[in-house]
Amino acid sequence: MAVLQIREAINQAIAEEMERDPGVFIMGEEVAQYNGAYKVTQGLWKKYGDKRVIDTPITEAGFAGIGIGAAMTGIGVRPIVEMMTWNFAILAFDQIMNHAAKARYMSSGQFKVPIVFRGPNGPAHMLGAQHSQALESMVAHVPGLIVMTPSTPYDAKGMLKAAIRDDNPVIFMESELMYGIKGEVPDEEYLIPIGKGDIKRDGSDVTIIAWTKMVAVALKAAEELQKEGINAEVIDPRTIRPLDEELILESVRKTNRCVIVEDSWPFASVGTEIAHRIHTKAFDDLDAPVEKINAADIPMPYAENLEHEAMPNAEKVITAVKKVMYR
Amino acid sequence: MKEEKKKAKLARWVDLNLSNEKLIKMYRDMLHIRRFEERAAQEYGKGKIGGFCHLYIGQEATGVGAISALREDDFIYTAYRDHGLALARGMESKGCMAELFGKATGVSKGIGGSMHFYDLAKGFMGGWGIVGGHPPLAAGSAFATKYQGRDSVTICFMGEASTNQGVFHETLNMAQLWKLPVIFICENNGYGMGTAISRAMAGEHLFEKAAGYEMARGAVNGMDVIEMYREMSVAINRARTEMLPTFIEARTYRYRGHSMSDPGQYRTKEEIEEYKKRDPVETFGKELIAEGILKETDLEAMDELIKQEVQEAVEFADASPQPSLDVLHNNIYA
Ligand SMILES: Cc1ncc(C[n+]2csc(CCOP(=O)(O)OP(=O)(O)O)c2C)c(N)n1
Repeated sequence: MAVLQIREAINQAIAEEMERDPGVFIMGEEVAQYNGAYKVTQGLWKKYGDKRVIDTPITEAGFAGIGIGAAMTGIGVRPIVEMMTWNFAILAFDQIMNHAAKARYMSSGQFKVPIVFRGPNGPAHMLGAQHSQALESMVAHVPGLIVMTPSTPYDAKGMLKAAIRDDNPVIFMESELMYGIKGEVPDEEYLIPIGKGDIKRDGSDVTIIAWTKMVAVALKAAEELQKEGINAEVIDPRTIRPLDEELILESVRKTNRCVIVEDSWPFASVGTEIAHRIHTKAFDDLDAPVEKINAADIPMPYAENLEHEAMPNAEKVITAVKKVMYR
Repeated sequence: MKEEKKKAKLARWVDLNLSNEKLIKMYRDMLHIRRFEERAAQEYGKGKIGGFCHLYIGQEATGVGAISALREDDFIYTAYRDHGLALARGMESKGCMAELFGKATGVSKGIGGSMHFYDLAKGFMGGWGIVGGHPPLAAGSAFATKYQGRDSVTICFMGEASTNQGVFHETLNMAQLWKLPVIFICENNGYGMGTAISRAMAGEHLFEKAAGYEMARGAVNGMDVIEMYREMSVAINRARTEMLPTFIEARTYRYRGHSMSDPGQYRTKEEIEEYKKRDPVETFGKELIAEGILKETDLEAMDELIKQEVQEAVEFADASPQPSLDVLHNNIYA
């Protein structure tokens, strides 16, 4: 097994799928000659050239729509659209929400939209309010979209390959701060199915649910809690929509307590939906209401101390765990 | 062509009613930006400044030439490359440096950061991070001043790459349709991040994008503070008296990477050196000497004073406190 950074694992997934299927191409800002703003597409332009690795103008709505249109024709074209960050993809939300998500339904199934929109999501470090937003709940809100959020190199590769092969629009949300994180990735091919979550740490006392960057926060909290004799299970749904509800409910039925960690805002967040499902479907198993740790309900400030204060961290998770355990 | 230049050189600004004092201030403002930004780069290297940090070095004449032609009751919008323009508008080194340091004494109290400088009292409306996001806001400012019967104008700086965004075209259309007193200054520095404009834009003549809206338009040498001032004076007059917008393509160049994290491997050393030969600060300094307005020693003394000011700004920023945690939830709503 090779040890890869997340950016390398994603790069491999793209390269392998391009190799496998000549209909797969990637476009976005700086993906070709610059090798990607975060070097995710390193070497792809050199290998596949202008036809399949395409630098776009800074026109998110336009190239998102061109991707959707290309995917919809049904003649074997499968675009991967890189969004330099999801903050900028907001410009393309009309294309994604009004067009990609609805084409199949409105046409009563005539269209398929096999496209992946991918890029980093969520706050990084001191980038200020317009560049530090975790937007998964905005896309997860929309029927017709699939939303995936990997947290390890292994997951990123297997999930992205599944996303590229899927016939639906997939929103694939990475993290700037995680691109350098390393992990083992098998040499042989594998796919991680859409909608399949993962237990990142086995435990029995409390379930902590987290995805992308927050998985590391949850694991750190779990380690600290272990020192106090609290054995936390960490669940990573990996796909936000469709949600691996069974995995979550199973864990909560075992632990009877749950804390959700997300770096998005609290109002109408993905965690809100997960908590609701747990409350309605595992109510009798719960020993305490589900707790949620979110980023502060504010646009992200620039100053380092304020940003730190606004973000979820292990201490906050530990406090929440103790709350649901009445400790 | 050569002859024309020579003739113009004798008194190329006589038509502009520029006092010596004003000319010196324009030079000083450019040098101030240069020294401030050089220092910001150093402080970024030391880890005192976080996040993205987009330097304005090379583009000083565009900003100073344009802003020098404004009145105090006019408004300025720009994108994330905003430090230089803030300084040109008279925002103080101390508050600007403190903002970069993320301190409570910064121009946006440490909340905004490098990309989000604001000073409403000075009509400095920021400081925006989404490419193509702010031009409609600038048109809105022009809408408001016209609505209230004022003769203020709004100027809107933007990078050339932002002119490919749809909202840019929507804005130009409405600005012309509704006769808004707004001046779009497209700082064409040749590159949007690592992409040369020729790779991102169909057509060669950027300013002709405004032709589709039949807007007054033209290109100007953005490395020349006087030419910039001259074009702006015409555009400002058109906006103030006729309530009409203008689109100006200012041809300029950024010496540094797109932001501090960009090694800039997409362009050659030679290309950068070629532009440095026409350095806006140096060229204008020499011209002021040639015209007998300043002496070499004046320039040196001025440089010393500016460096001192920037040094004090760094010390101020360093010594200033971070924002109090109590402000975290302030100002979400009015
Ligand atoms: C909508 C959007 N897309 C992408 C980005 C990332 N980005 C920031 S600046 C930039 C290049 C912009 O170039 P230009 O408009 O020419 O301005 P310059 O940086 O040259 O001043 C890019 C791609 C962004 N901030 N906003």
